[in-house]
Amino acid sequence: MRLLAAIFDSLGKSVLHAVEEMGRIILLFLSVLSWMVRPPWRLRNIFKQMEFVGVRSIFVVVLTGMFTGMVMALQGYHGFRMFSAESMVGSAVALGMTRELGPVLTSLMVTARAGSAMAAELGTMKVTEQIDALYVMAANPVQYLIVPRVIAGVIMVPFLTVISDFVGILGGYFVGVQILNINSGIFIKNITKMVELNDIYNGLIKAACFGLILSLVGCYKGFNTSGGAEGVGRATTEAVVLASITILISDYFLTALMF
Amino acid sequence: MIKLVDIHKSFGKQKVLNGLNLEIEDGKTTVIIGRSGGGKSVLLKHIIGLMRPDSGQVLVDGVDMTKLNDKELNEIRKKFGMLFQEAALFDSMNVGENVAFPLREHAKIKEKEIWEIVADRLRAVGLTGVEEKMPSELSGGMRKRVGLARAIALHPQIVLFDEPTTGLDPIMAEAINQLIIETQQNFNLTCVVISHDIQSIFRIGHKIAMLYEGDIIAYGTSEEIRASDNPVIVQFLAGSIEGPIRIM
Repeated sequence: MRLLAAIFDSLGKSVLHAVEEMGRIILLFLSVLSWMVRPPWRLRNIFKQMEFVGVRSIFVVVLTGMFTGMVMALQGYHGFRMFSAESMVGSAVALGMTRELGPVLTSLMVTARAGSAMAAELGTMKVTEQIDALYVMAANPVQYLIVPRVIAGVIMVPFLTVISDFVGILGGYFVGVQILNINSGIFIKNITKMVELNDIYNGLIKAACFGLILSLVGCYKGFNTSGGAEGVGRATTEAVVLASITILISDYFLTALMF
Repeated sequence: MIKLVDIHKSFGKQKVLNGLNLEIEDGKTTVIIGRSGGGKSVLLKHIIGLMRPDSGQVLVDGVDMTKLNDKELNEIRKKFGMLFQEAALFDSMNVGENVAFPLREHAKIKEKEIWEIVADRLRAVGLTGVEEKMPSELSGGMRKRVGLARAIALHPQIVLFDEPTTGLDPIMAEAINQLIIETQQNFNLTCVVISHDIQSIFRIGHKIAMLYEGDIIAYGTSEEIRASDNPVIVQFLAGSIEGPIRIM
């Protein structure tokens, strides 16, 4: 009986902690929104973050997108061949990439690369009192540090998703047409027939939402770091885990709403 | 003038400030002494509004800091400069950009003037030609000097020092003390220093306040504090294990 009570106690505490944390992240989001519209607009910081989140993630996103497209073509081919519909490989790859894998994989890769770096950088600034120094110099840290990162996340993840979608389909084309000998014209025609602009748009809206999640969670975890180097390490890990889980869960609900 | 009135602050069950009262005179250096972990940093953070008390007032020139919103707090913070314990320089900026930061944020002046002030403030702390260096390339003493140059960049009225000589060798500690004295005189500053470095406190402090168990138990000039027969002060100044201050 005591064991059961302890289990429920621990379960209840975890749920309360999760709800409390979600509330704090939402409060941070509201604070970001309110600071976003107030001058000064720190364009230099925003462009610096856009370069960090976006431009420097291109390589890893291209690699992920291309191999995902290639493996989808390979797997799809074996599946479709069972009922002689190999020509559908192209549209399967294109739909899969634009609706799901492009936005999700891109944002997971950006979370691992940039979301973790946000948590680590802000966490280090927190434990070395650099964030306090910003307050003391009458510069609001939310406006100075978090707003540029969130803007960069929301703008750049959709851009990276476009690249991921494109190279994914290109990878699928390479495997489908060059290796598995599917007719090139049919491959492309099936893509244009099946994929609608809405599929791409909705994928990009998802990507923007994921960009918001990964940057907000990364900044939140960094901003609330305590306990020296160990604390920074913990904040970084928690940021990646929490952002990845939130992206995957919200993906389901966004998909249910959109398609 | 800075006036702290009946300040209470607890973290969970731990009472850190317990009805603290203190007046800090303008144009003087007040040193707050006390044990490590005794609430000195917490007190300093209350003065500049980084922490809010559970109850009590923090009056800066008659304005209660505890009642201000973020915008009003930012306005009043322009009167302050602060040197953090580890200097808290921004790692991503070089020395020049660090010192220029408060000027870029608040002084509506041209870039050329900013760099003139940066050079002037760095000269005031005994550094020249280091603008391009990154904070990671500097020694502990140099970092604190740059931190001080940044703290006085906007010509504040009040500068707060969080353990300015901790972690420095005796010669560098003395150099920093000398710098605090000179800066206070040259810029006619109100300085609040927290420290447990006995040699330094009598060197730099016009007034000394002893923080013990969440309250100021003694306040006076160096001579008055030295002559005190309060057993807590006697034990603290002597660095003795025996006495009313218990070692945890």
